[in-house]
Amino acid sequence: MADPAEPNSKSGDNRPALALHVPEPRSRPGDPVNFKDVDVGEAGAQPRPDESTKPEDMKDLAYGLVRVLGDDDKAHGPWDPKLDPETLRTMLGHMAMVRAFDERMFRGQRQGKTSFYMKCTGEEATSVSASMALASDDMVFPSYRQQGILIARGYPLIEMINQIYSNKGDKLKGRQLPIMYSSREHSFFSISGNLATQTPQAVGWAMASAIKGDSRIAATWVGEGSTAEGDFHSACTFAAVYNAPVILNVINNQWAISSFSGFAGSERTTFAARALGYGLAGLRVDGNDALACYAAQRWAANRARANQGPTLIEYFTYRAEGHSTSDDPSGYRSAQEREEWPLGDPVMRLKNHLIAIGEWDEDRQAAMDKKCAEEVKATTKEAEKNGILGHGLHHPFHTMFEDVFEELPWHLKEQAAQAAHERETKWPEGRPKQ
Amino acid sequence: MSAEAKTEAPAVDTQERRINMIEAINEALDIMLERDDDVIVMGEDVGYFGGVFRCTAGLQEKHGKTRVFDTPISECGIIGVAVGMGAYGLRPVPEIQFADYIYPGLDQLISEAARLRYRSATEYIAPMTVRSPFGGGIFGGQTHSQSPESIFTHVSGLKTVIPATPYDAKGLLISCIEDNDPVIFFEPKRIYNGPFSGYYDKPVEPWKKHKDSVVPEGYYKIPLGKARRVTEGEAVTVLTYGTMVHVAEAVCREKGVDAEILDLRTLVPLDIEAIEASVKKTGRCLIVHEATRTSGFGAELSALVTERCFYHLEAPVERVTGFDTPYPHSLEWAYFPGPVRIGEALDAILKD
Repeated sequence: MADPAEPNSKSGDNRPALALHVPEPRSRPGDPVNFKDVDVGEAGAQPRPDESTKPEDMKDLAYGLVRVLGDDDKAHGPWDPKLDPETLRTMLGHMAMVRAFDERMFRGQRQGKTSFYMKCTGEEATSVSASMALASDDMVFPSYRQQGILIARGYPLIEMINQIYSNKGDKLKGRQLPIMYSSREHSFFSISGNLATQTPQAVGWAMASAIKGDSRIAATWVGEGSTAEGDFHSACTFAAVYNAPVILNVINNQWAISSFSGFAGSERTTFAARALGYGLAGLRVDGNDALACYAAQRWAANRARANQGPTLIEYFTYRAEGHSTSDDPSGYRSAQEREEWPLGDPVMRLKNHLIAIGEWDEDRQAAMDKKCAEEVKATTKEAEKNGILGHGLHHPFHTMFEDVFEELPWHLKEQAAQAAHERETKWPEGRPKQ
Repeated sequence: MSAEAKTEAPAVDTQERRINMIEAINEALDIMLERDDDVIVMGEDVGYFGGVFRCTAGLQEKHGKTRVFDTPISECGIIGVAVGMGAYGLRPVPEIQFADYIYPGLDQLISEAARLRYRSATEYIAPMTVRSPFGGGIFGGQTHSQSPESIFTHVSGLKTVIPATPYDAKGLLISCIEDNDPVIFFEPKRIYNGPFSGYYDKPVEPWKKHKDSVVPEGYYKIPLGKARRVTEGEAVTVLTYGTMVHVAEAVCREKGVDAEILDLRTLVPLDIEAIEASVKKTGRCLIVHEATRTSGFGAELSALVTERCFYHLEAPVERVTGFDTPYPHSLEWAYFPGPVRIGEALDAILKD
């Protein structure tokens, strides 16, 4: 019989039918869940190479999982960053604040105070501890789920809430969808709704820093789903070509809205392993282990700062909540997943670690949680004095036309005049009081 | 008079030094690399080799590899890193080898560069100038001939600039590089070496014989948003830009039409004053561009003229454009809006 791969064979000539593979997640709503196939390895088992190690000499780190906090809540192995208890408590405090903030803002959206919100529950360590490992003037290019960076960098909560409410206190003048923050003062790049665009931008910023002989580095965050965007490929290529001082952080939280990570290619390899094809250093880290997150980011920062080149870090974590306030995850995944996620909860794990080393206790935790909740509540009240969405305390009409260009061209001047006229027609006596 | 471009030329330097558009662009880049340490020139083949059209020749050798360098073949990456460089404080001048290949960089241009100032309330800006050869008339086929300017003029936050002479190319490019807004700078590659009359079967005139190839050696600027009056006339206003300035001029000269030709130079922001003044004077308006017709920039010009000069118009506003097809290879001269198409449109406008 002829070989079906013979060049002269034709379809129908005894060739086997082809079959398309469409990935399917491990469980759907109502299904029991089993994470036994997820190999999380042992805390402390991964080697920590020198920051100057060549990518090809540390391949195993792109397939394994760097973990520091063990089941005994103690820190293990060479990746233990050996942080002092005060720093650990600060880290825990930031993570608790992020969680309290998310809870309150989510509720605010449900109460109609704003249009939209996105929590980062379960992923607090990937932004808080990673940003603590950077210098405060290293430039970060986040996605929309790294509110922990702003909190860790001391950005005022009231500014965050003003932005979420799009009120008259909003520094972005009500132009941006809630949570698309920007703070140049905190070296926090303006968030865009278009996914992965920030990744080549971070590389460009890092290239600029290198061109100028500066000492600052750049870091960017992107979800595993968005690594499928062309921009991510561009970012990895440019980072490698120019040896840019940049850290490419991939938050693999298993889900891109309703699509499991298999649709970004996770069935065949890890996201960290993509680094190898570009010649980048790749690290795969327990994203719910604040110490491992800190240590990996610090390693990559040291590497970049020493002109040893870029690093791609995959944070293996789990998106514990819905994608956004517009999403209901019970429509596509098993509710049990969150409960059985093998890497637990990042806040609980850090808390238990501090307790295990005798530097914390449940009472202090309860007091801290209460303090966070009260601070967010009080700040929310304060921000509400500036208005909530749709209640009229927004920036003046003419601001809509400003900053499209540095100067207002004639056509925008004409349109601004039209908007002013429409307002006058609508409220001849002036705007009614709310 | 906003259309009086020539009055902006420096009075000095009457050496009659004549250069072509490629040399003019090269000089503008050289001068800006010299004047401002934050200017960076990058793109595919622009470094060591000096660019496929020679626009960046010699710049890497003179200014160094970290100021002028080659990039991977990734328009998304080129524009994306330029946005990041701008956020740092540099003034990047990325090149896209052909305007036909700018599309992979569109998300970075439309969603990022154009909106950055607005969405961050001025915390971050994108002071970049994207240079790209555009336009047809060179047997470039589908992907070396396109004129995609209306894609960019439709985006809030982008400026679009198109020179038609060596003098303008240098002065406008310097203005673009110094401008704090993102600019798309389209270079009509058909006229890199000489103005084009539209008669493809006649020998190409070199720039050396054209008055607008007298270019001062030093730094000078031509303001953005200001049109250039190519010829003064009473019978009809011709609104055009790029290669078509020269084609339209040749046709009008040949037919003896007393046309007022405006080279728009900047499409956004547009010199509406010059347009209005001219059309109100002549009462007739012809719009000429190479780009395809439907939703082309000519539609915007036609609408503006109709809205603002309606009671002065003595004939319908006409558009002469490329056809609504992809740019063909073998049928290039049937596609190109040449002397016959322009001539018939002029006849129609001027008939009573």
